[in-house]
Amino acid sequence: MDLSYTRTEEAFRAEAREWLREHVPAEPLPSLETAAGFAAHRAWEAELAAARWSVVSWPEEYGGRGVDLAHWLVFEEEYWAAGAPGRVSQNGVQLLAPTLFDHGTAEQRARVLPSMATGETVWAQAWSEPEAGSDLASLTSRAVRTDGGWLLSGQKTWSSRAAFADRAFGIFRSDPDADRPHRGLTYLMFDLRAPGVTVRPIGRLDGKPAFAELFLDEVFVPDADVIGEPGQGWRIAMSTTGNERGLMLRSPGRFLAAADRLVGLWRAEGDPADSALRDRVADAVIGARAYQLFTAGAAARLATGAAAGADSSLNKVFWSEYDLALHETALDLLGPDGELADGAWAEGYVFSLAGPLYAGTNEIQRDIIAERLLGLPKGRR
Amino acid sequence: MGFLPTDEQRAFARSLDAMLTASDTPAAIRAWAGGEPGPGRALWGRLAEAGVFALAVPEAYEGMGPLPVELAHAFVELGRHAVPGPVVETVATAVLLGELARLGEPGPAKRLLPGLAAGEWTATLAAPATRAARHPVPYALDADRADAVLVVRGEELWRAPGHGPVRVSADPARRLARPAPGGELLAEGPAVAAAAAAARRWAMLATAAQSLGVGLALLDRSVAYARQRTQFGAPIGSFQAVKHRLADTLLALEFARPLLFGAAVALADGRAPDGDLAAAKVTAGEAGYGAARTALQVHGAVGYTEELDLSLWLRKARPLRDAWGAPAACRAAVLAPYA
Ligand SMILES: Cc1cc2nc3c(=O)[nH]c(=O)nc-3n(C[C@H](O)[C@H](O)[C@H](O)COP(=O)(O)OP(=O)(O)OC[C@H]3O[C@@H](n4cnc5c(N)ncnc54)[C@H](O)[C@@H]3O)c2cc1C
Repeated sequence: MDLSYTRTEEAFRAEAREWLREHVPAEPLPSLETAAGFAAHRAWEAELAAARWSVVSWPEEYGGRGVDLAHWLVFEEEYWAAGAPGRVSQNGVQLLAPTLFDHGTAEQRARVLPSMATGETVWAQAWSEPEAGSDLASLTSRAVRTDGGWLLSGQKTWSSRAAFADRAFGIFRSDPDADRPHRGLTYLMFDLRAPGVTVRPIGRLDGKPAFAELFLDEVFVPDADVIGEPGQGWRIAMSTTGNERGLMLRSPGRFLAAADRLVGLWRAEGDPADSALRDRVADAVIGARAYQLFTAGAAARLATGAAAGADSSLNKVFWSEYDLALHETALDLLGPDGELADGAWAEGYVFSLAGPLYAGTNEIQRDIIAERLLGLPKGRR
Repeated sequence: MGFLPTDEQRAFARSLDAMLTASDTPAAIRAWAGGEPGPGRALWGRLAEAGVFALAVPEAYEGMGPLPVELAHAFVELGRHAVPGPVVETVATAVLLGELARLGEPGPAKRLLPGLAAGEWTATLAAPATRAARHPVPYALDADRADAVLVVRGEELWRAPGHGPVRVSADPARRLARPAPGGELLAEGPAVAAAAAAARRWAMLATAAQSLGVGLALLDRSVAYARQRTQFGAPIGSFQAVKHRLADTLLALEFARPLLFGAAVALADGRAPDGDLAAAKVTAGEAGYGAARTALQVHGAVGYTEELDLSLWLRKARPLRDAWGAPAACRAAVLAPYA
């Protein structure tokens, strides 16, 4: 049992720290949920990519550095500690890219990944539909066979940042006669500016307009943009949701940095007599450490060839509730100023409110934990 | 970086588990609580034989230690089997004496440590649980059963001549008494305070591990019961309210585990990570206690009875949560470096 970093990991840390110290913008970028912020974040992705820091764990041929998970964790610690901007390419990098590594063709990887790494193409996830949220397999958007490809029709919704993104990936019903809802689905990539696509932005809880719903009317997708076998979409999509819930979506480095900022706020604003608030600050410090160590264990298990599996549901519930508690504590420390809607804590708070919903609601995650990790019987669904 | 138990550590935990499973610990706990310490002492001898106490005793005094990571593994198993007796206090005594020797006072270590490592005799220790403890000298656990009652008072280490009246704990297998004043002064000076601080860290680690083990055992039993108990024509474990509570219990335990082993690794590296130990202690204590609350709820009224062995674990969880560092003191310790 060992928690020390290797010499190469430490060297990697030093290199990342040095680069970030010189390049992280002195002023925070505008929110990436707005048009101006989106453009600024895209430019930041390009700058990261030019120095090959945008996707460190990818193979070098696609713009990465080919390093393992432990290095990625080190990079993330430095990245967030340096106060660097949020990552606008996240959906593509965390969800589509792992799918393409596992199920895509060499041609798809060569075509899609390099421009994803630079932020030139930003991807949106088009899974949810108005009538298919938690019960995602009940989705009804269609993919109908046509010459050389497929025609997509229907409606997708809650697509993060799709208002400003370039392309999307999603699951569509290609065989309406399949015997079970999970069968007969196909996973495809499509262009958000293709004929037949209408993107309607939806203001989030704080009014920022990056969320969107997508209306699709016979949108043509060539066969080259089908991921894996037609009809296997569910299995392919689910094989990578572990990434979304698990450690890749929220690295411990992010929470370690946030807990540090919270302690700073507590020292500046905290009332020493308020021990209840002090305990919550302590819990934030403890939670970040717990998550870091939990992740270190998970990464070590993955390095021995174990699969992520249902453990990622433990991660997801933990970080989403942790993130919310941390931000609520910050607002309480801010007192009356907590109501002000500009500023990093306010924006972080609004974002944290969504954590228990997206990437599979925490109710659904708890079902997975109970059934797959504890072996409890299936209930009504 | 490889934050996983080694094969040897896993095998050690498995062999302890097998030994304790074969030992009928519920009978030993009931006897210990009921005034018959024989089976508990026999259990004690087997733990010593397995090397549990030697893990905290330096090699110079016939131990194998200090090995905090292995000790954490061992105490998770002690918790899973709800082993009674001042096991944590014995470890703390061993660390205290070993540390005193390292700081230039080898007398007490020479006299007491080899027998303690071998399980020939047992000790209990009354020392302040945290720097900011409100009660300068707490109760000594099982003072009536231990061969030596050691007390830290400021910069003095005493071997008490006996103890006051035995008081009832919420966990009947924990017997509490104040050490009697006077006795033999074993050592004095700043080294005593430093050694007591080291003892406190190990006691926090071992108690946290025990809490985690108690919680894991409670969860296991609750899951087994929820799968088998039916109401409304279905196993209660198929009801979402039950499922989610059990899922949350697992979540809390699984995020306490890395803190525990992270603190043990830090201790093994020779750092003095008070904050890490306090974080492990409060998190494992709360997780173990949360598991007890869940276990009681899931079992219904039968869980509320003394007859069911579940009660042996249920009643342990809260005292362990508060022993050697109550939650608020631990949280304060976590923030102390930032003050
Ligand atoms: C900020 C944000 C970003 C998002 N980004 C994307 C994106 O980029 N792409 C995308 O495709 N989707 C995205 N989503 C959608 C997200 O995945 C869905 O919101 C989520 O799956 C829940 O679906 P729903 O909102 O329809 O809620 P519903 O499924 O209608 O659920 C409503 C409530 O009922 C509960 N519930 C439902 N079924 C059960 C059950 N069986 N047992 C217990 N409780 C149940 C849920 O837990 C929830 O509390 C995003 C959502 C948010 C909030």
